[in-house]
Amino acid sequence: MSPLKYILQKEFKQIFRDPAIIRVIFILPIIQLIILPLAADYEIKNINIAIVDRDHSPSSNRLIHTITSSNYFRLVEYSSDFNKAMQGIDNDKADLILELPRGFESELYAQKETKVFLAVNAINGVKANLGATYLRNIVQNFNNDFRISVLTPGRFNDLPVIETTSSNWYNPRMNYTFFMVPGILVLLITMIGLNLSAINIVREKEIGTIEQINVTPIRKTHFILGKLIPFWILGLVVITIGFLIAWLVYGIIPLGSYLTIYVFAAVYLLVILGLGLLISTYAENQQQAMLISFFLLMIFILMGGLYTSIDSMPEWAQWITRFNPVAYFIEVMRRVVLKGSGLADIRQPLLIMFCFAVAINYWAVLSYRKRS
Amino acid sequence: MNSKAIIVEKLTKTFNGFTAVDGISFEVEKGEIFGFLGANGAGKTTAMKMLCGLSMPTSGSAMVAGFDVYKENESIKKNIGYMSQKFSLYEDLTIKENIRFYAGIYGIGPELITSKTGLLLEQLNLEKEANLLVKQLPLGWKQKLAFSVAIFHDPQIVFLDEPTGGVDPITRRDFWNMIYDAAARGITVFVTTHYMDEAEYCDRVSIMVDGQIDALDTPGKLKRSFQAGSMDEVFLQIARKAKRSE
Repeated sequence: MSPLKYILQKEFKQIFRDPAIIRVIFILPIIQLIILPLAADYEIKNINIAIVDRDHSPSSNRLIHTITSSNYFRLVEYSSDFNKAMQGIDNDKADLILELPRGFESELYAQKETKVFLAVNAINGVKANLGATYLRNIVQNFNNDFRISVLTPGRFNDLPVIETTSSNWYNPRMNYTFFMVPGILVLLITMIGLNLSAINIVREKEIGTIEQINVTPIRKTHFILGKLIPFWILGLVVITIGFLIAWLVYGIIPLGSYLTIYVFAAVYLLVILGLGLLISTYAENQQQAMLISFFLLMIFILMGGLYTSIDSMPEWAQWITRFNPVAYFIEVMRRVVLKGSGLADIRQPLLIMFCFAVAINYWAVLSYRKRS
Repeated sequence: MNSKAIIVEKLTKTFNGFTAVDGISFEVEKGEIFGFLGANGAGKTTAMKMLCGLSMPTSGSAMVAGFDVYKENESIKKNIGYMSQKFSLYEDLTIKENIRFYAGIYGIGPELITSKTGLLLEQLNLEKEANLLVKQLPLGWKQKLAFSVAIFHDPQIVFLDEPTGGVDPITRRDFWNMIYDAAARGITVFVTTHYMDEAEYCDRVSIMVDGQIDALDTPGKLKRSFQAGSMDEVFLQIARKAKRSE
């Protein structure tokens, strides 16, 4: 009988006797998948707006009402003094100032056009930019409504208006959870897989049992496989828990088949776990292993395409993401979950992952030395 | 057939210019209990690790159980047992599970493991504790168990690195009885210790000073040539020459 069987028995027993590992595997995914998608939302809400109204006319009132009832804006300051509004920006109470000049309504009627002034607090750039865009849309809509209601019906508009309408394929309602949850699931199994495997061999180094192992005729491949297989199975269990939560809490069911995702995940986990074991063979103690895996995770996550689009990164950064396994899995996950891609569609990333897995695990076996 | 268990010639290990083991040569007979003494930092553990295939020698040659330490270190490992200074059983596994795991990676069949485990637990009087986690055992029992695990696969040679450190005198006596039993079964015992009464139990002892072997003989002859009443005095006379500090 192969010694591998005994190694696997030992590893599984140790994993299930460690309450910390059990907590990480079962509780972490549940909490993260329920909290993160709700918090990590691209939509900007609660933009604090200060409005300077010098007109106090029915039209200015109507515009202000449209803005404040839109859900996106929160009126924090309303006055006719620009300096007061500016104070709001100075002490970070306001993100935007909208100024409606005196004669706003009368100019609108008389000259059919008027100007409003917009000032943006660019400390939080994303919020300010999106806020300004939303506000421009609202003002434009107000403008259109005004034309329709005030200008004589039946007459052609003075200016042709081109309006763009877009439809979002594969995620028609632009539901953010559909976009975020599969991605967060990828991050989750990456974090769990990398950390658990990175501290595993190094822990045996710390306790001193590695020396006892090294003095046995154990084969290096058996030893590495003995460490890899239990975490590989656990990784697949975590993904399953993740999909259960995605289905129960968010109603997300992949358009494509689970099989496609599991096939990719199986290969992907070999890459991540192999990387963890590689760290483990080089690190002297658990702190070192944790620091290295933390460093890698930061790069993997920030350059993984979940929080920032890879397409808008500079070319050299895009080149780096080609070595980022997380970027591949997030891409595949979205394609299968939202677009319904099958195995044939993802064969290229699958093949790349497979090459990564072989290379990294081969390296891990090589770098594990029984003799110093 | 060769009657030597270990043949070492000019074995040397340097770490970044520091010579931990400096050209030591000695032979160990089969079935012998060989005491490997020396002050802390004299190079005992390093020498032992080279013989076990845990550390690559810098130069010199060594044959262990008939195999070359450079080329056949994995064959050596099949034929030796090793008990390190650091306790090396898994504390989160039970006694039975530890035995099963180590026996399994030496390739012992499942039936043999079961029968030998039963016998061993009976000898150690640990039948009732077989399913206790190792961390729940007192140190003395742990050391006896670690030794039993190290010779479970009936190696030709067993290497013991300070096996009785921190253990009470009664358990030390028990432990040495186990060593005698193992030697009686034909296992060569290579043991380091700081207890000079234990040195008296050895067939022959070597004393290392600053990476070199300064004395090697039976305890009786050593005492005579150093005109000492005990191994303790012999050791003090030799080890005081050491220049290396800890």
